[in-house]
Amino acid sequence: MAGIAREPGFLMTTLEKGVNWARTNSMWPASFGLACCAIEMMGTGAAHNDLARFGMEVFRASPRQADLMIVAGRVSQKMAPVLRQVYDQMAEPKWVISMGACASTGGMFNNYALVQGVDEVVPVDMYVPGCPPGPQSLMHGILTLQQEIMAGNIRRSTGVL
Amino acid sequence: MTWISDLLGPFKGFAVTMRQVGKPRVTRKYPQEKRVKPPRFHGRHVLNRYEDGMEKCIGCELCAGVCPANCIYVRGADNPPDNPVSPGERYGFVYEINMLRCIYCAMCVEACPTEAITMTHLFEMSVTSKEDAIYTKDELLVDPDGTPNHPQAESPLIDVKELRLGDGWMRATSSAGRAEYEGVVAWTPQARNPDLPVEAGQSAESTGGDDG
Repeated sequence: MAGIAREPGFLMTTLEKGVNWARTNSMWPASFGLACCAIEMMGTGAAHNDLARFGMEVFRASPRQADLMIVAGRVSQKMAPVLRQVYDQMAEPKWVISMGACASTGGMFNNYALVQGVDEVVPVDMYVPGCPPGPQSLMHGILTLQQEIMAGNIRRSTGVL
Repeated sequence: MTWISDLLGPFKGFAVTMRQVGKPRVTRKYPQEKRVKPPRFHGRHVLNRYEDGMEKCIGCELCAGVCPANCIYVRGADNPPDNPVSPGERYGFVYEINMLRCIYCAMCVEACPTEAITMTHLFEMSVTSKEDAIYTKDELLVDPDGTPNHPQAESPLIDVKELRLGDGWMRATSSAGRAEYEGVVAWTPQARNPDLPVEAGQSAESTGGDDG
């Protein structure tokens, strides 16, 4: 058993770096704009901030082609199953950014209509504070997530299939 | 002669591209260069100190009371008589803000009677867990030299120079904006940055200042 549990060698670490690099630089977001945060998300994709610099300018309408779900806006109780379904339809590996106060914690809407934090529905990898977060705040979240992915394991699975 | 126009179609498309080539770029290279925020930008909060290092917060909990998102938790305590933390009777013993609930409306800044809590131009606060988004007093309180603390100050994405910029909204509406305070360094950005000129205030005579 000692042979199996040993440290990964040169080939595997290089492969892991390569795969992580490829994943980092081609994260296609599924557009899940729900409220005013979505406007800032669109602004992030537009010319002045240009998400294409990070290889993620294509906001996919189909979750099958997306790697990253940016939950932008407040999630109502009625929207929660839809959100979960879109998340389940995304192919592994997948990541979730919870953008803004409402998606992360419910924000100022602590009431019966809203999910108090999207992490009650899907596992969240990165929380971006702000109301709404500006394009550069969102890009900070994206870049921090990219750092996480570069340092992460390629066999990472959310384990919720 | 439709086949000729069909043949020219791609070149028309390239002409659109070529027209844009010479124009200046509008894209900001974010991690390298950041947008200059408007002076009234609402970033994250800091708890200020007086110039002698005393904390400005007196633990009155008005900020927690006025907060529409209920994201501030404050508990005051009596100042120890031999080593007071703030001038006056009480000081903020516990001060926590949940940055994920905060909507950056600056009503806490408006409510604060001592200008203890103000907003900065800090906006890079992304966290991987919700617990990290709760800023305690250690992170909110500025250093004795006036530099705000940042939990990820070593991060290559954080610009420490930017942390020193104060909030112009407070400059316009705070007590330091009143005429009798004109020329008096009463407001934290000046205490932090002695090089900055004193705010012009709001009296009729004052002509200086860009937001007064």
